[in-house]
Parts: sequence; C-alpha cells; structure tokens
Amino acid sequence: MLKVEGLHTYYGNIRALKGIDMEIQQGEIVTLIGSNGAGKTTTLNSIAGIVRSAKGSITFEGKSIVGMPAHSMVKMGISLAPEGREVFPALTVEENLRLGAYIKNDKGQISAAFDRVYTLFPRLKERIRQQAGTLSGGEQQMLAIGRALMNEPKLLLLDEPSLGLAPNIVLMIFDLIQDINKQGVTILLVEQNANMALSVAHRAYVLEIGKISMQGKASDLANDPRVRQAYLGLA
Amino acid sequence: MSDNKNKETAGSGFIYHMELFLERYKLPVSAVCALVLLAVPFMGFSQYIMRILIMIGVYTMLGMGLNILTGYVGQLSLGHAGFFGIGAYTGALLMLRLGVNFVFAAIVGACLAALCGLLLGLPTLRLKGTYLAIVTLGFGEIARMVFMNWAPVTNGTLGLKNIPRPSFFGFDLTLANHGLYYLMLVLVALVTVSCLAIIRSKTGRSFIAIKEDEIAATMMGIQITRSKVLAFVISAFITGLAGSFYAPLVGFIDPNSFTFDVSSLIISIVILGGMGTIRGMFLGAVVLIIFPEVSRFLMDYRFVVYGIILVVMMRFRPQGVLGWKSQMPYKLPRLAREELAKQS
Repeated sequence: MLKVEGLHTYYGNIRALKGIDMEIQQGEIVTLIGSNGAGKTTTLNSIAGIVRSAKGSITFEGKSIVGMPAHSMVKMGISLAPEGREVFPALTVEENLRLGAYIKNDKGQISAAFDRVYTLFPRLKERIRQQAGTLSGGEQQMLAIGRALMNEPKLLLLDEPSLGLAPNIVLMIFDLIQDINKQGVTILLVEQNANMALSVAHRAYVLEIGKISMQGKASDLANDPRVRQAYLGLA
Repeated sequence: MSDNKNKETAGSGFIYHMELFLERYKLPVSAVCALVLLAVPFMGFSQYIMRILIMIGVYTMLGMGLNILTGYVGQLSLGHAGFFGIGAYTGALLMLRLGVNFVFAAIVGACLAALCGLLLGLPTLRLKGTYLAIVTLGFGEIARMVFMNWAPVTNGTLGLKNIPRPSFFGFDLTLANHGLYYLMLVLVALVTVSCLAIIRSKTGRSFIAIKEDEIAATMMGIQITRSKVLAFVISAFITGLAGSFYAPLVGFIDPNSFTFDVSSLIISIVILGGMGTIRGMFLGAVVLIIFPEVSRFLMDYRFVVYGIILVVMMRFRPQGVLGWKSQMPYKLPRLAREELAKQS
C-alpha cells in the first residue's frame, strides 16, 4: 500500500534520513521504533508531506506522492495524528472533528464519520461542546486520533500517541488503535514506547540515526536480544 | 470535572457577568439596542454628534474588515488604510465623474479593493509575521503615493471635493435628514451579518484553525495560502466598502485621509475591542472614536493618554476588553450558554 524507497530528508545541510526503505501492506499495523533523534517523526512528516525536502521515492497505492503538499495527502487518504496532539485548543471537540472532515462535503458521510468516531471514543461524545484545550491529555489524544479518522483515511499515521500519558491511558489508546485497525484502517505507528508498540504491531522497523537497522515481525523483534537490550530495557 | 474546568476558564469578572447577562437576555437586549439605534435621530442630537456616530459606524466596519484577517486568521496588516482609500477614491470618482448611483459605486469600490487585496495577497501571503506586516505597510504607502501622484485621476494632493451625497430615487441622504445615519446602520448590519455567517461556516472554522496551528490545519486538508488569500480578499472588500461610504459622508478626500495613522487606528480598534470577536469591534470603535473628541481639553496630550491606554491594555487585558481569555475569544457565547444551562 505504501512503499518508501531510498528516502533522504534534509533540514538545511543536515541529513536527517539517510535512505529509508520500508513497506506497509493493506490492513497492517506497522511500527517504527527508535530512540530520540533517530528520525521517526521526520520519516512520518516526510510521508505526510509536512517536511517538503524529502528525496527518494514514496508511493501510495501505486502513485508517487513524494513532494506533494500535506493538504493533498489528506485527499489521497493519508491522515496524520501529530506528535504532541496538536488539537485546536480554542475550538470545541465537535468543531475539531468537523475540521477533520474538512475535505468532505457530503453531509451523510460526515455524520457517518461522526458516529464512527463517537462509537470508538464515547468520551469525546460527552465532551462535545467543550473546548479542546480544556480536555485532559488522554482525551486530547483521542480527539487527535478521532480528528484524523474523520476523513476516513486508508492509512493512518500516528506519531507518539503514548507521549505524556498515564500508563492506564496508554493501554486504552493502544487498545483503540487495534480496534481502528480491525475496522480496516492501515496504521503506521511511530513510538518511543517500544514495548507497547511491538505488542500491538504486526511488523516493525527499528530506526537508528536516520537508517533502518532492523526489521521483521513485531513478535520476532520483541524477542531479539539487541532490541530487548536497546529499546525494551531488558537484558 | 469538566464543570470545574469550565468555571476556571470562565472566570468571574465583571465583563464575564455582563456577557452572561447579555447571553441570557439576548433577544430583548438586541431588540432594545436596535430600537435605540433606530430612534437616535429623534433624540435631537446635534449634527456634530450624529457625525461622530456615523464615524463610529464606519470604523466598526473597518474593524470588522481587519478582524477577519487579524482576529480570525492571525495575519497582521498594517496597510488597511490603503484598501480604505481605494474604496473611497473609486466610489468618489465614480459618483463625481460618471454620476453613478451610490450603491453601484460602493459595490465597485469594494470589489476593486478586494481585487487589490487579491493581487497583493497572492504573492505575499506565504510570508509570515513581521515580513507580511512590512509588505502591507509598504502597500499602504504605495496606495497613498498613487492617490497623491496620479493627478489626472485623483486630483493629486488637492484631493476630491464636492463628492455628491448618496441619493435614492432622487432623495438625497444627508446629515440633516438623517439619511446618512440610516445608511450607516444598514451597511453596518450587512457587514456584521456577513461576518457572522462567514465565521460560523466551514470557511470560518478553517480560518480559526490556521490561526491556532498552521501545520495541524494543513493536515485537515486546508490549503493554507488559499484560505489566507481568501481572508485577505474578504477583509479588503469590507474595508473598501467602508471607504466608499466614507467618501460621500465627509464630502472631501485627499491622500492624507489615508495615512498610516488610519491603519493604526483600525488595528487599535481590533486590539482594544478584542481580536476575534464581532461585538468587540463595536466597542473598540465607540471608545477610540469618542475618546479624541471628549478629550479635546487635553489638547495634544490626548495622544499620550491614548498611547498609555493601549500600553496598559496590553499589560492587563491583552485579549481586548470583550475578548475572552486570549486563547478562546470567540467562544464566549457558548461557554455562557453552558453556564446558563447548568443554572436552570
């Protein structure tokens, strides 16, 4: 579904990604793990079109999308729930979700998307008229994911959904990620919390200073001694 | 939990309670306001007072024009006097030279200002913050230079005299017969309703999203530059409309009617009233137009006082008098409504 080949991304003269190759099949949860500064967010932002200096090839459903602006990615069916849950704090939950469906014009489709998001996140429905800025961290994360789902993406990019959340909320979010996947949304998950990420993903890539150092089935990687030592804190 | 949170953000100041009161008695309050505004001409005010009231109307429109751009999309313009002038000159010239009806002249004036907004916006709205401010500042000056030096058309520094009053079916609207006052009311009402409609639409939501977070907004599929240019055009249109009403109102315009002072006055109205609120524009215009008049006894010191007021405002109430907690200015009605629902 998504194929990334030889992806190089530069920030000025600094090369943040040094040739990334990865592939995501329809219906998968693929996770990209790695330490701080490895280039996880850069990879995601390059795919989503937020970082425009990406070189190499990115193809989505057979079409090259490298260098396309973020707003046209949305139309192709790629949605990103950004790092640090950038919800619109002054707008209400409902308005945030409505913005998520910005590219949709069909009222029936929009209300179906609302139903779907409210079924996944009943908590958001209770907070429909509340300003997004006054939600708790976990609720904001739900809102960011819900907003990304509003345009019915084929591929959902999640950037650090566990960031700054209490452990029980993290568990809940990861359960929801699996639910979303079961509804047919392919997911690329970027995480520092390698343990959680590997437990929900089908396949995984390990990113080290701009390069993929390991890849394989998530369960295999979780048992790999190098991964266990470097990312899971287990000997 | 959410109740507590709402209360925290809601605060309990005087202005909040006033807003709550207004929200509770929305219909009666607006009815009374409308009646008072309609009845003003029968209260026997002098022409001087009526003229100030009409000027307040003009500056309310100017404030609302800039507010679309600055208050909702978050783009600062220091050159709105330019659009104001373009509207005023276009309207005045059409009425003077071609004897065109006011309505048509006003529409053309507003459209030409909007077109200039488009031409200026297309190449420049990729710029951010300070850079955009400098470009718009330059635009305002260029517009003034054109008024000054395109003598065959604009009559240069001598300005345009004897601009005819708007007339409808042979009936001239003047200060004395209060026609201008009612025309002002109609225009302000039109602009207010259109601004409200824009802000509550999908387009309005996309404007606010851009102000809050540009990157997150692009990920919603919003085309940032397109939306900014659109906001610029709408803003210029409203400002131009105010201009083409201003010209026949004062009867005489020259390049010095559209200096940077005017731009900064419009910005002050938006900031004082409360960026991102519609009603704030009324308050800002009322305060900033009346203040120089009532403080004439201070002579030149009034500008010092004026400056001090703005500085104090920025320190203690940066969101503007009617602005909500700076983050969520335009949300007040709904918050207030919730509080009302809880009380009942």
